Amino acid sequence: MNVRRINWPLWVGLLVTIAAFMSYFFVFVWFPFTRDFPWANLLLFVIAGILLFMGVRRGFASDCPHRMRSRIVAVIVSAFSVLVCALFIFSIFVVGRWLPASKGAPQVGQRAPEFSLPDTTGKAVSLNELLTSPVNGKASRGVLLVFYRGYW
Amino acid sequence: MRGIERSLDKLNEAGIRPVAISVDAPDVSRDLAQKAGYTFPLLSDQNTEVIRRYDLVHAGAGENGHDIARPAEFLVDSTGTVRWINLTENYWVRARPEQVLEVSKLLK
Repeated sequence: MNVRRINWPLWVGLLVTIAAFMSYFFVFVWFPFTRDFPWANLLLFVIAGILLFMGVRRGFASDCPHRMRSRIVAVIVSAFSVLVCALFIFSIFVVGRWLPASKGAPQVGQRAPEFSLPDTTGKAVSLNELLTSPVNGKASRGVLLVFYRGYW
Repeated sequence: MRGIERSLDKLNEAGIRPVAISVDAPDVSRDLAQKAGYTFPLLSDQNTEVIRRYDLVHAGAGENGHDIARPAEFLVDSTGTVRWINLTENYWVRARPEQVLEVSKLLK
């Protein structure tokens, strides 16, 4: 295999594209700094774009052997990468906003509706109990209610 | 939730007890708590009764089209009054524990 024949910018560009997509969900999502705005992933997509641009130019270069094949490969790989990038932007900035408005949620100054729900051992726990039982041996100053989607 | 666990000592120091609520069954929540190392209470609202009362139902967004809760945070003071809310507009953007600690300073 002749190293000069491999269109390395194209293939590295594809790998960086896939890494740019996956790394958000497996790595960057765990840090608020990289989660709230996916700048690290967008930066990786830019790097991938530069590599793919180099790869496409290389694929279309006239001195390239198997000209037709390398052109087709360059176009397919870069088109796929553009799709991956578009899917990422759509997932984070469009699908991420598909949330109910929750206009009827308790507002600041209103009383939080009382509830009683089972904990992980099945024991019922009420909001009133949570508010009145001491935290670290001191009187409770409040409860932070965190609603989450669930583990599925 | 990881951020809350990391800041749990600071929150408790401020007299704040975090409690998480979802549609998961108690045993599913227990698995999550064990895997993720959560030591604060996880409560189960399997029939979305409380989630509905707080108007946080995200219809059909769960597995097999089940209703689940949308992400939301409320800071309730010791009198039961809501003092701070966070209803994120984007699923990927969440409240940071520092924000809660900042607000908790205003509580009596």
